Amino acid sequence: MRKFTWFNAVSLTFGFAFLYIPMIILIVYSFNESKLVTVWAGFSTKWYGELLQNEAFLDAAWVTVKVATISSTIATVLGTMAAFVLVRGGRFFGRTLFSGMIYAPLVMPEVITGLSLLLLFISVGLDRGVTTIVLAHATFSMCFVSVVVSSRMVTFDKSLEEAAMDLGCTPWDAFRSVTLPIIAPAVISGWLLAFTLSLDDLVIASFTSGPAATTLPIKIFSAVRLGVSPEINALSTIIIAFVTIGVLTASISTKRAISRQKRDEQMAQQ
Amino acid sequence: MNLARRLLIGVPYLWLFALFLVPFLIVLKISMSDYAISIPPYTPTLDLSEGWAGFRVFWAALDFENYVFLTSDDLYWKAYLSSLQIAALATFFTLLIGFPIAYAMANAPDEWRPSLMMLVILPFWTSFLIRVYAWIGILSNEGFLNQILMWTGLVSEPLVILNTNTAVYIGIVYTYLPFMILPIYSTLEKLDGSLLEAAQDLGCTKIGAFWSVTVHLAKPGVIAGCFLVFIPALGEFVIPSLLGGSKTLMIGKVLWEEFFSNRDWPVASAVAIILLLILIIPIVLFQRNEQKQREADQ
Repeated sequence: MRKFTWFNAVSLTFGFAFLYIPMIILIVYSFNESKLVTVWAGFSTKWYGELLQNEAFLDAAWVTVKVATISSTIATVLGTMAAFVLVRGGRFFGRTLFSGMIYAPLVMPEVITGLSLLLLFISVGLDRGVTTIVLAHATFSMCFVSVVVSSRMVTFDKSLEEAAMDLGCTPWDAFRSVTLPIIAPAVISGWLLAFTLSLDDLVIASFTSGPAATTLPIKIFSAVRLGVSPEINALSTIIIAFVTIGVLTASISTKRAISRQKRDEQMAQQ
Repeated sequence: MNLARRLLIGVPYLWLFALFLVPFLIVLKISMSDYAISIPPYTPTLDLSEGWAGFRVFWAALDFENYVFLTSDDLYWKAYLSSLQIAALATFFTLLIGFPIAYAMANAPDEWRPSLMMLVILPFWTSFLIRVYAWIGILSNEGFLNQILMWTGLVSEPLVILNTNTAVYIGIVYTYLPFMILPIYSTLEKLDGSLLEAAQDLGCTKIGAFWSVTVHLAKPGVIAGCFLVFIPALGEFVIPSLLGGSKTLMIGKVLWEEFFSNRDWPVASAVAIILLLILIIPIVLFQRNEQKQREADQ
């Protein structure tokens, strides 16, 4: 049998300490009174107040959320379509090229993706701004979405859909009432992944954004290059809090959805 | 072929074609162009109004000069070599730290596992930039680490870690650790505990059984984890530019500076193409490993 040894306990303790202590320090120092990030001078929330008055950060945050929402939605639609093609597409002209184009962006260094998209936008004369960032983000995140959704579709029992069509559903109805509910958890986690990838991206956004549109990571990056500041700590803390709440909620609700689905499937079999 | 199927295949196909393949071909083309002080800052540009003759002039002006330049200038091949070295060593350190964690997770009681998984995945969802930024405050001369070291009397002078390669290693290990832990954990989780018992019954020592059963069976996960760290680390930009110093040479940073500071688009494009050529080997090996694992699973 497997035994949880003291060595295991030590590795877990040190491992998680390594993963979490840097973030905890970051959060603690965001409540520091002093401008000097490294010297503790008492508890204060003043940096949060200053952050909320910093127009540049607020504007960037708004652009970032807008870009992430639109691009992840486009990416989810395209990525789900691509997943269908990968799993159920059968043979068609250029299938190898298609799957190559799905997998290549996953391993492509961001600097290259960013550079190539910028050169494209310049050669077709598209002005850089929100639109170009959205196009860039939708392109690389659709590949992640399609991987997530297709891994769920591989395990999907196609006969359920066929049964629905035998019972008189049109293909579209069968898709909407049978397939979609089953792959929905994967589609939702695909959307969330696309959303966070977009929220998080610095390199591709730096290449594809123009002076009219600055995203939060670009703003943070240029501030951080000048050194550590308590305002950035405060901003980071807010982002960490949002992500943590989001991930926990999503994982709890998908877990519930999956167990409900399993129960339904068992009931249906009886 | 009906219309629905055509749309289903056509829309994502055209999207990727226009926004992935075409941009890549443009990079290839510009890498063979020459730097020029103009808008856009390279020559030749294709002039469609002159028809076929225009295309021939354009085609004749393309050459491999930039690639020759890359091999002749020290900076570039040194940057490639040092990126390879940094990525490889960092991958090794990540494995060294990640394996015991994955192993412990696989040995943990069943009811702990979902929470442990969550704890590993959570940092991955948190902003990459913020996780790198967190280390600036820790590693700087007046930073958290030096404060502790000075306070305990281990060092009398603050250690210079920030803006060195050491900081880059720490940054890579820290940010990519989940990518190493998860694939190793997923192979170890499937490991049948009775195999270890069998090995011990057959006369293996505990450590012998660990090596010949656990480590052997975890190999596909270890290989996958190593590639998942090595491939993105090789082209990394954020970590070397925030944690590394002026002496840290990484090709992602060189490409960025070539493009944004020197505005030499043709050379930046050539740097990108060579980086891709270097990456093809690990990517193909990674795909093969995945394929083997999928076949073994079935």
